[in-house]
Amino acid sequence: MSDRYSQLVNNPVGEFIAKNVGLPRPFELERWEEGQSPIPGKVLLGAAPGGRLTEAVASELALAEAAVDTPLDEEVRGAAAAGDLDAGIWNADAPSGKYRSLVFDATGIDDSAKLRELWAFFHPSFRGLEPSGRVLVLGTPPEDCKGPREATAQRALEGFTRSLAKEARAGATAQLVYVSSGAETRLASTLRFFLSPRSAYVSGQVVRIGKGSGRVPKVVWDRPLEGKVALVTGASRGIGESIARTLARDGAHVVGLDIPPQSADLEKLAGEIGGSTLALDITADDAPSTIATALSTQHGGVDIVVHNAGVTKDKTIVGMDEERWSVLLDINLSSEERINDALLDEKVLNEGGRVICVSSISGIAGNAGQTNYGTSKAGVIGMVDSMAPVFAKAGATINAVAPGFIETQMTAAMPIGTREAGRRLNSLSQGGLPVDVAETIAWYASPASSGLNGNLVRVCGQSLIGA
Amino acid sequence: MNSKTRPVAIFGGNRIPFARSNGRYIKASNQDMLTVAVDGLVERTGLAGERLGEVAGGAVVKLARDINLTRESVLGTKLAPETPAYDVGQACGTGLEAAILVANKIALGQTDSAIAGGTDTTSDPPIAVSDDLRRVLVEINAARSNVDRLKAVAKLRPGMPLDIPQNAEPRTGLSMGEHTAIMAEEWGLTREEQDALAAASHQHLAASYESGFQDELVTPFLGLERDDNLRLGSMEEKLAKLRPAFGGEGGTMTAANSTPLTDGASAVLLGTEEWGAEHGLEPWAKFVDAETAAVDFVGKREGLLMAPAYAVPRMLERNGLTLQDFDLYEIHEAFAAQVLCTLKAWDDPVFCKERLGLDEPLGEIDRAKLNQQGGSLAAGHPFAATGGRIVASLAKQLRENGGGRGLISICAAGGQGVVAILEA
Repeated sequence: MSDRYSQLVNNPVGEFIAKNVGLPRPFELERWEEGQSPIPGKVLLGAAPGGRLTEAVASELALAEAAVDTPLDEEVRGAAAAGDLDAGIWNADAPSGKYRSLVFDATGIDDSAKLRELWAFFHPSFRGLEPSGRVLVLGTPPEDCKGPREATAQRALEGFTRSLAKEARAGATAQLVYVSSGAETRLASTLRFFLSPRSAYVSGQVVRIGKGSGRVPKVVWDRPLEGKVALVTGASRGIGESIARTLARDGAHVVGLDIPPQSADLEKLAGEIGGSTLALDITADDAPSTIATALSTQHGGVDIVVHNAGVTKDKTIVGMDEERWSVLLDINLSSEERINDALLDEKVLNEGGRVICVSSISGIAGNAGQTNYGTSKAGVIGMVDSMAPVFAKAGATINAVAPGFIETQMTAAMPIGTREAGRRLNSLSQGGLPVDVAETIAWYASPASSGLNGNLVRVCGQSLIGA
Repeated sequence: MNSKTRPVAIFGGNRIPFARSNGRYIKASNQDMLTVAVDGLVERTGLAGERLGEVAGGAVVKLARDINLTRESVLGTKLAPETPAYDVGQACGTGLEAAILVANKIALGQTDSAIAGGTDTTSDPPIAVSDDLRRVLVEINAARSNVDRLKAVAKLRPGMPLDIPQNAEPRTGLSMGEHTAIMAEEWGLTREEQDALAAASHQHLAASYESGFQDELVTPFLGLERDDNLRLGSMEEKLAKLRPAFGGEGGTMTAANSTPLTDGASAVLLGTEEWGAEHGLEPWAKFVDAETAAVDFVGKREGLLMAPAYAVPRMLERNGLTLQDFDLYEIHEAFAAQVLCTLKAWDDPVFCKERLGLDEPLGEIDRAKLNQQGGSLAAGHPFAATGGRIVASLAKQLRENGGGRGLISICAAGGQGVVAILEA
């Protein structure tokens, strides 16, 4: 699991050599720690004229007790005051100060000519972005825009944020969040995720927040999942274990599921996090009904379902036998569909339920030797897309994460060439950790994330592959 | 005591020209300057030999022997020696606070007439000795024999320093300029807007002298007829060339958009209208109301010189006025940045809601009405003398305009602010 290259170039001698030879020097990413403020460091909040989200963002930043500055612009200051945010001042003509986060409400940009507002805000401010900095641009989903001019300009935001993510240094990241009209009250969890170290390995992503359904719940931010029951498949090790631990940290009662041979690890984990276990093969015929029954009788239903269990069985298509194909697709995709259906049909998924699927960068970009795996993981994306309206009707959501190169036992076993390429070919020049995937899942799982449905977020450090 | 308060009128003011530190007034003491300023006012108003209700005044930087500075000054004037006096101190707010104190006594019927004044010199500073040195000196003085005296003298060490007063906040160790540089950065001020305010201050004061407006307010002293900090002619280019004085290399504050250390004194005459009529004096303006405020600059919750921004809205509310209900604004230019931060704060929805608890910002002021006869950046700022300069100048402007309402705002060390309303 150790990234020897990172360790080497971050010691004084290695640093000297790497600097002079021009080798990439991965920045040691800051990760979430207990007791940190929810939005650490100073935030600079700006907006294009006519932005409709500034007040909502200001209000959430005030509730998170973030230290915020804004330009001395009548509209932005008015929105800040309305959001009860005691913001300091930043002058683009005399820019000073360092910021951990730059947040820009671009919803007022309704014509390509007004895209200049992006330049006007980020040109003087980007230099002041601190290490582990965060850039967040907020827009209106192009499909929601009133006319072609506005939709064009809003679509342009993607190219801007993805490019900015590539210009960012020292562990800084950039994302675009499209917020539908009427979804202004459902921003809180997304702001807290993207403006904190929780999103350490997520960069260059585009997220959509919709109107959602139901009331916006009051969330206790230290333990947002208190009282929730979470099913995590493949929970005994690797990313699944990290997901279980993270959801438990956030207050959920985790039901860890894995195949019977993993029972010992699974029991040990459940003991540590105060959870329960389900040892079964998800591809078995009776698995969906067994899971549904166990969840409804023992836990009164389930609030969070994380489809994490998955396998690889690599071979080129020519050399692949049918078993490699069929077993993998059944584990990675079809079993998830059956479990979803059972949970929906038998009403085991509670109101406000969250289904979260683990896809993969291979499902987006494809990978030689992984026709089976790539198919299954692209299928997961298709399942999220097609099931989003179905879950919405049940007052629930379904979203996906697509991990890139994550440091696990699986990647440790890769040949060095492939492994180093995977690690370095991304904007952060390093692999992610299982916790980076887990934090992203915890963000989707939050009761405050009711506006997130049908999203696919890559946890890949803005990998060049599939971008 | 009267159950009803009485209107308080301002009948005139007088000051000596302000001189840059260690210059023309290097040999003048605070007592010399206050005496001349009060005496000039007595002469202008024909009050020689009169017994006034009282004279209140003070100095910020004061020698230990000046225990009774104002009373000693009065004894040197042509006022009746039976005129009582006392010293007042509220840092740079001293002069205006003195006027508030006497105005209140007049309003309450405790007295009919009074002079409020102030003086300061940084050319004749009270140099103290350090605690270590003082102990030895006291010991030498107390010694009963030559042997004891020699023993005490032997304790003197070269490392026992003098304690010269610093223009620094005791609780933060930062100078006022450094504190203001923090405010300038917090409010995103540019060098250009500060320099423009400084240039306007000099232009206004120069024009004021040219028009003769100051003739009725200033009495020459030690050969000086005008404030010697005042620069004539176009300044913009020269201002732009200066290096930052505060806030580091990238700072926006210079020696020209900050007030220099200055020596000088001022005095203002207040009383009831009846008392004025009995003495043949026409009121220039009425002293309507005043307010003081302080901020927590130590806990870094607010900038050192932001207190007037808090005092003014409280006074406005009590008087049912808006910030725009004034014909003239006199904001003490301790630093151009102080004035600009204050104006920006009043127009800022966030500051007005979060810090002042107002639903709406106070709004902008018409900058043409600001410091029309020049401000402290041009005239200089002998700390305790500034209040008297401003009260007299505003009262005279209101009289000459044939009426109107004026706002005074003065910031002071220790995170304080003193503000007042005059009307004519």
